[in-house]
Amino acid sequence: MARKSFRQALNEALRHEMARDDNVIVLGEDVCGGAGASGEQDAWGGAFGVTKGLLAEFGPERIMDTPITESAFIGAAAGAAMTGLRPVAEIMFVDFLGVCFDQIFNQAAKVRYMFGGKAVTPLVIRASFGAGARSASQHSQALYPLFTHIPGLKVVIPSNPYDAKGLLIEAIRDDDPVIFLENKMLYDSEGEVPDGAYTVPFGEAGILREGDDATIVALGRMTAVAETAAVRLANDGIDCTIIDPRTVSPLDEDTILDFVADTGRLVIVDEAYPRCGTAADISSIVAEKAFHDLKAPILKVTPPHAPVPYAPQLEEAFLPDTRDVEAAVRSVMEGA
Amino acid sequence: MSATATAVSAQGSDSPFPLEKDDLLSAYRTMKTIREFEDRLHVDFARGDIPGFVHLYAGEEAAATGIMMHLTDEDRIASTHRGHGHCIAKGVSVHEMMGEIYGKVSGACRGKGGSMHIADLSKGMMGANGILGAGAPLACGAALAAKKLGHKGVGISFVGDGASNQGMFLESLNLAGVWELPVIFVVENNGYAESTSVDWAVASDSYVDRANGFGLPGVTVDGTDFFAVHEAAGEMIRRARDGGGPSLLECKMIRFHGHFEGDAQTYRAEGEVEDIRNNRDCIKMFADRVSEAGVISRVETDAVDAEVATLIDSAVEQAKAAPLPDTADLLTDVYVKY
Repeated sequence: MARKSFRQALNEALRHEMARDDNVIVLGEDVCGGAGASGEQDAWGGAFGVTKGLLAEFGPERIMDTPITESAFIGAAAGAAMTGLRPVAEIMFVDFLGVCFDQIFNQAAKVRYMFGGKAVTPLVIRASFGAGARSASQHSQALYPLFTHIPGLKVVIPSNPYDAKGLLIEAIRDDDPVIFLENKMLYDSEGEVPDGAYTVPFGEAGILREGDDATIVALGRMTAVAETAAVRLANDGIDCTIIDPRTVSPLDEDTILDFVADTGRLVIVDEAYPRCGTAADISSIVAEKAFHDLKAPILKVTPPHAPVPYAPQLEEAFLPDTRDVEAAVRSVMEGA
Repeated sequence: MSATATAVSAQGSDSPFPLEKDDLLSAYRTMKTIREFEDRLHVDFARGDIPGFVHLYAGEEAAATGIMMHLTDEDRIASTHRGHGHCIAKGVSVHEMMGEIYGKVSGACRGKGGSMHIADLSKGMMGANGILGAGAPLACGAALAAKKLGHKGVGISFVGDGASNQGMFLESLNLAGVWELPVIFVVENNGYAESTSVDWAVASDSYVDRANGFGLPGVTVDGTDFFAVHEAAGEMIRRARDGGGPSLLECKMIRFHGHFEGDAQTYRAEGEVEDIRNNRDCIKMFADRVSEAGVISRVETDAVDAEVATLIDSAVEQAKAAPLPDTADLLTDVYVKY
């Protein structure tokens, strides 16, 4: 197995699926880059270079630049999905989905249900998310709780290159609309990724580490933060399990509940805002279903209820870090 | 617009119209079916038989019918909240429609959609839509799929005068132009965005100008004139099928009923509704023209009227008798797999 970047893993997933199925198309702003300009075509390959090279391999009929018009092209992707294609639409930043919410949550998410099961919408919407790139309030959010809230959507948050490839292939083959969110700070991260096509199923959490003392649930880039904290805690004799749900809709509740039953202690680390967020959601599920397994209150480690700031020291203060996670775990361990 | 292309089919026939007698009778039957369907809903709604609210298409039948006569099941339409006429003209079963509006399992959507979400993808009907303007991007997507899949299907986006102000509609005009999609944007201008006058709510005087602003050709027709709609739509649909790209058709029409059933319509001028019902009824005008030309007799239209009344009777009867959805259906079809 070769080491590959998160970006390359995603690119391979798209290439496999486009080669496998002619009905898979890619569309979005600058997914090629340079459309209609006199210079290089495929100049960008998307805002983060994920789709680079697809133009040469599949041609402009299969990978289409769009005008800056999210509402129209996400809706067109939904309409095309309803009528025979399997579009993969790229939104540069998840923050921009605000301008096309209707097409996602009133159209794509609901047509199957509203039409009594007579429609399928095999649509993937990929977008970058996350703080850390000094991109300020409108380009740094982790908005997946908004999509998790909507019945009909599936929501995927890969945390490493292996999962990124397998989950994206799974998403493209899935017949439901999938919101696929890529933490922008992970694009250059590397990991072992097989060359061939493979899938990682939805609704099955990954267990990144096993320990008897406390359970940490972490998503996306926060899994690495949790792992660093867990190594430090292990030096002090506190052994943590780390669960990466990988998809928040569907959510692998069983795995989380099983480990909470074993450890009796739960810390949830998440980059989304705290109110009505993923950490709050998981916390409420565990409180309802496993209250009597708990030996300590559930703790959430999240950013504050504030927009993402620009200045580096403010943004660092905004994001959960290893010290926050360590402190939370030590807190739930008190009296143990 | 050229009348000669459409006239070819009727050459050598006795019809002075660009359609054979059978097609004219079929157009009349479609318009009458829509009218009877809506009139029945008007009465049944007032009686409290309908669980949700409905927006009626009565008065606007010539537009849906004139356009849809050019389409096959491979052509996709994205409709509006006022979608019953589009559904009927596109071939959706009136029994399934009525069942849906009554919230029964016999409905087109098994009772889960109601009036505002009737759909039948097998007929190319991508759904009525409760979100104004939202159908335009979907129709663009259907047109894109038709292009990629290599069939000659077109996408038709219906939008009212009110929803034509939505960003997603205007964005769709641009995207369709950029991608040269086989899509036709039909603006059904009935003069009212809910209760608000089009003259007040649309800053531009002309929808054709709006289309031209996006590089699309556009035409305005009298939407109460079946023949005008049929001819203009035919031209645009042929153009789109032949790779000529998108265009916009504004149909100026009239709304017999309120925005929704139960709307007291105090915003309309005194006598306005009586006047349009007496003088601008598209079905009456059609029947007069074909009978005065000696192509279809009153006896023949009366026979269609009776046939349609029986059809709607049976649709209502069947809808009322159909079973309610099972409570377990609440959780089915949220996903294909979860």
